[in-house]
Amino acid sequence: MKIKVRLFATLREHRGKEVLVDVEESATPLDVLLVLQIASGDVAILLINGRDGALDAPLVPGDVLSVFPPVGGG
Amino acid sequence: MRYDKNRSTISRQDNEQLALSKVFIVGSGGLGGYVLEMLARIGVGHISLADGDVFDDTNLNRQILSSEDVLGQKKVEVAKKRVRRINSDVVLNTYDDYITRENVVERLQGHDVVVDALDNIETRFLLQEACEELGIPLIHGAIAGWFGQVATIFPGDRTLDSIYQHQEKTGVETTLGNLSFPPALVASLQVAETIKVLLHRGETLRRKIMFLDLLTQDVHVFELDSSDA
Repeated sequence: MKIKVRLFATLREHRGKEVLVDVEESATPLDVLLVLQIASGDVAILLINGRDGALDAPLVPGDVLSVFPPVGGG
Repeated sequence: MRYDKNRSTISRQDNEQLALSKVFIVGSGGLGGYVLEMLARIGVGHISLADGDVFDDTNLNRQILSSEDVLGQKKVEVAKKRVRRINSDVVLNTYDDYITRENVVERLQGHDVVVDALDNIETRFLLQEACEELGIPLIHGAIAGWFGQVATIFPGDRTLDSIYQHQEKTGVETTLGNLSFPPALVASLQVAETIKVLLHRGETLRRKIMFLDLLTQDVHVFELDSSDA
């Protein structure tokens, strides 16, 4: 299945703003991050269809992931 | 009259309410300096500020309270002088050290709003925990490079758990650094949230995160689940 991934901030470097990732049925966001070569530890915010999501939540076709790195300066 | 230009938007009663309000700004760096400036100008009557640092020349690129003539001076001492010059009606209570697990509850107690102007993620979780215990809304802001984020966290929301999933100690600012303009922008949004919470006005970023990418001018507000919602 194809999962649309919206990337933010530094995660866009060499990947672009939005990518389509092909993964097995019932794949999780962790599987998608693996394809994109993003370490799960580098992900601070993970949204599934615009809502707070879990790294191990099973995805369904058409789901949209939004992925953000940690921003912590002041 | 000092507040004449506020009147159409903030009434005399509102300004009296602000004058009675107590806001704690944690951190007097990029965000904290601007937050302090704006809270003093709008007339928040009681402001507390904690920062154990002194100004050095790496602060000059972005911190509004820094200037060449105050290098080496304590940030909170410079803040005191600035507030006295802007609005002598404001009572500024300063601490020239850092918020720690040992002092956080005692320090924040009695305030109406706490503003997160910290430069590390670890201490932000201390604030969230203490604010929850004390029943105080927390206005989160953070910056890195071209990016920034803002959220308003009420006791029980635990929004930081959603926006720092791994409870990282620091973020991408360690490699990106901080520019001159994101602090002013994020601090403005934090002050707007603070004023709305104090005056019970408008809509806040509660259980939401506003994420700003100034490189592409992408601004998004996302809904976040609350742990107890």
